[in-house]
Amino acid sequence: MLTDGLHKAFERRIRLGIMSILAVNDTLDFNALKDYFDVTDGNLASNLKALENENFIGVKKSFIGKKPNTKYFMTKPGRKAFNDHLKAMEKLIQSQK
Amino acid sequence: MQEEEQHYIEDIAEMRAMMERSSRFMSLSGLAGVMAGIYALAGAWIAWKFFDFNPEQIDRNSANPGDLPANLLMVIFLSVIVLVLAIGTAVFLSNRNAHKRGEKFWNSTARRLVINMGVPLLTGGLLILILVSKGLIGFIAPFTLLFYGLALYSASKYTYEEVRSLGLIEIGLGLIGCWYVEYGLLCWAAGFGLVHIIYGIYMHYRYER
Repeated sequence: MLTDGLHKAFERRIRLGIMSILAVNDTLDFNALKDYFDVTDGNLASNLKALENENFIGVKKSFIGKKPNTKYFMTKPGRKAFNDHLKAMEKLIQSQK
Repeated sequence: MQEEEQHYIEDIAEMRAMMERSSRFMSLSGLAGVMAGIYALAGAWIAWKFFDFNPEQIDRNSANPGDLPANLLMVIFLSVIVLVLAIGTAVFLSNRNAHKRGEKFWNSTARRLVINMGVPLLTGGLLILILVSKGLIGFIAPFTLLFYGLALYSASKYTYEEVRSLGLIEIGLGLIGCWYVEYGLLCWAAGFGLVHIIYGIYMHYRYER
């Protein structure tokens, strides 16, 4: 199978973007993530939720003063799925050369 | 199939860009380096010419190292002005750069860069105040080079990779200045002035055009 390793959850580019950022940052809060995308809060939140439901990213909730602060990080299965997806894409590109 | 391939190539390019943008502060302005170098050269020249600051030995040989001569106070005041001008210019030009790139200046990479530079710089700053109070004025200039170099070296993971070699050069000049105290101010002018200008021009042409 050529498409081995490609994951449906990464079909949207914003989700690949989120995973890429979390691959090189230990944890990042919602607002820091938002700086990198030109989308609404709701859109970003729903894409984060989708990745969270796949158990690809984890969430740490805390409070800074009275403000809720949500931090995101990449889980082990998330890193594996991300790496596999990347490899699969590279393979697909190579196979068509 | 051609279209799909193009799609994946774009995906990968986007991923790479995201990783870089979110881990390294890329809005640092090369022109700010050039300006900082010019301020430093002017400052060093004024300190040498008008305040007669060019220590030829480590301590002041004074019976009472606690009281500072007036010209040393002026040199400290002058160096604070140079520092404020350099940081102000860097913030202003990097902020402009960030806007041009469609990014926020004060993002997570900027914070990380400041924190990682802050610890060695603050340590060095406090140590230099202690040196001044003990009358060890010959070490002031080379120690600023040493701690600035260490700060750059440790911060280079979070910005342009060239900052690493810049840090090493500053550390080298700092060590030379400690050994040959009489060339301390000259090393300082070379490190903060000349090297900043050279690196600034290089970074400007490499990243800002």
